[in-house]
Amino acid sequence: MSAMTGNNAPLEAQMKKALEVEGRSLWQDARGRLFRNKAAVASMILLGTIVFLAIFGPMFWVHDYDTVYKDRVALPPSLENWHFLGTDIQGRDLFVRLLMGLRVSLAVGLVATAVSLVIGVLWGATAGYIGGRLDEVMMRIVDVLYAMPFIFFVIILMVIFRDATAGKPALNILLIFVAIGAVEWLTMARIVRGQTITLKGREFIEAAEAAGVMPLKIVVRHIVPNVLGPVVVYVTLTIPAVILAESFLSFIGLGVQEPLTSLGKLINDGAKDMETLPWTLFVPGITMMVTLFCFNFIGDGLRDAIDPKDR
Amino acid sequence: MFGYLIRRLFIAIPTLFVIITLAFFMMRAAPGSPFDLERPMPAAIKERIEASYHLDKPIYVQYGYYLKDLVRGDLGPSMKYKDKDVADLIREGLPISATIGGSAMLLALILGGLLGSVAAIRQNSGVDYAVMGFSTTGISIPTFVTGPILALVFGVYLHWLPSGGLDRGRMTFTHLLLPVLTLALPQIAIIARLTRASMIEVLRSNFIRTAHAKGLSEHTVLFGHAMRAAVLPLVSYAGPATAALLTGTLVVEQIFALPGIGRQFIIGALQRDYTVVMGVVILYAALIILFNLLADILYGLLDPKVRYK
Repeated sequence: MSAMTGNNAPLEAQMKKALEVEGRSLWQDARGRLFRNKAAVASMILLGTIVFLAIFGPMFWVHDYDTVYKDRVALPPSLENWHFLGTDIQGRDLFVRLLMGLRVSLAVGLVATAVSLVIGVLWGATAGYIGGRLDEVMMRIVDVLYAMPFIFFVIILMVIFRDATAGKPALNILLIFVAIGAVEWLTMARIVRGQTITLKGREFIEAAEAAGVMPLKIVVRHIVPNVLGPVVVYVTLTIPAVILAESFLSFIGLGVQEPLTSLGKLINDGAKDMETLPWTLFVPGITMMVTLFCFNFIGDGLRDAIDPKDR
Repeated sequence: MFGYLIRRLFIAIPTLFVIITLAFFMMRAAPGSPFDLERPMPAAIKERIEASYHLDKPIYVQYGYYLKDLVRGDLGPSMKYKDKDVADLIREGLPISATIGGSAMLLALILGGLLGSVAAIRQNSGVDYAVMGFSTTGISIPTFVTGPILALVFGVYLHWLPSGGLDRGRMTFTHLLLPVLTLALPQIAIIARLTRASMIEVLRSNFIRTAHAKGLSEHTVLFGHAMRAAVLPLVSYAGPATAALLTGTLVVEQIFALPGIGRQFIIGALQRDYTVVMGVVILYAALIILFNLLADILYGLLDPKVRYK
């Protein structure tokens, strides 16, 4: 080979060049398609701004979310004293409460989705990969849970632990994470199982098996990364669903407790006083709408980008 | 088909049993009892009342009593309303919830199907974009935002419709219009999307091209051929959707202060009215199972490619 180097120099250079031009992976393709989708990009920018404000806004805003201004009760939005979204019926700045509510709602959305993601992916991948009797049993469990009126069970869960978590906001929010996450994993498990079954017959899994890789390792290292596409899409659609579930719990008074707040709680408070203080309903209502809008657009964009079949 | 039905029903029984068991023990795990009042009663009286509901026995014995009554179709007495059985409460509440849920479903299927089909036939036109825009908005607004806002605008500002409650306990069109609209809106949006997507796929398929090639009129192609194939995904969506609407009435009842079973459930859970909570959970679980089964059967009847074994 080395003796021929001189003759083949141009060819070798060409091969080198060809190697440098990397093939685009599926994910790079998908990213390109996603960034060409204007609605999705606009939503990502807007959502990024919202998340940034929710995380850092309350730290730097002139008012605190639980400071009560007894002489400034129920002010309509104005620039006076920096209450530019007004104050609520107790005299607290609505803007910073809105950011705080966003923070709680987004956190619940992310964490509960993560809980459902972990359970759902592992459950579905295990059932699909091992198959047979175990698959039958595991999916039957999912079927049974599917018939559960889910919101009822979340309400019962919240009732059980409400007294135990009263006065401990961190514990209370943790309970909401777990209660919602524990019931949202079912669809995820089904999607992952279906994907796993189609993957199972592919050569690279067979190769791993032939090489003597442990089943658990095959699931974690080979199956899970390959089902990520549909899972990512479903995650962006689960987050808004979870935010809605939390908001509904807060709306009926079983979610986060005072003085903490969430979008649902703000909407509930606003709905009580809507006749006299309509802005306390419209401000959190519109914020929630915009946030969910963003998630839905990003989810749609991702689906089109990852699964080009539908275009 | 018949064998399939029987098998599905056999699966439904253990499913219900698991749900009942879960709900029973979860509810009993909640601290407090239905007889904790603000003004405490003498301990001896409380004990006697609890004994009359078997609440003094160990929990597994209570569970046995409950199952025994349940098999005979008895949901037991309410522990909060002294003179009412759970069955009475359901009889009072279910018609309201069912009317709201049923009307919302009907409205969603008709309007959603119509909007979706029109959008698909005129794909990429202004109509299409308008429908899709409406649909994305509809999915993004939760019912507990639309509900209060509709009540505020039409009830408080315009005085066109009542903003909540019933007409002295009776259901009237004007009292139910806003709740039904609130509940139906997101479902209209979802169904419009589903219909549009499946209609577009159907319109591109070979059998529609054949139908056109045969010289059939546009009308016959759309309504005789395309529609029938395009409703299939809708049918499989209808099962879960009905379940969503049924549980969704819980939200709407709360917003519009309607005395349906969803509200009774929330009040029951907060007051530890064990039997009422159990009754409502069982009812909803049975309905969800039933509607999913109905959707599957309908799917099999409509789609010649599906055969149940």
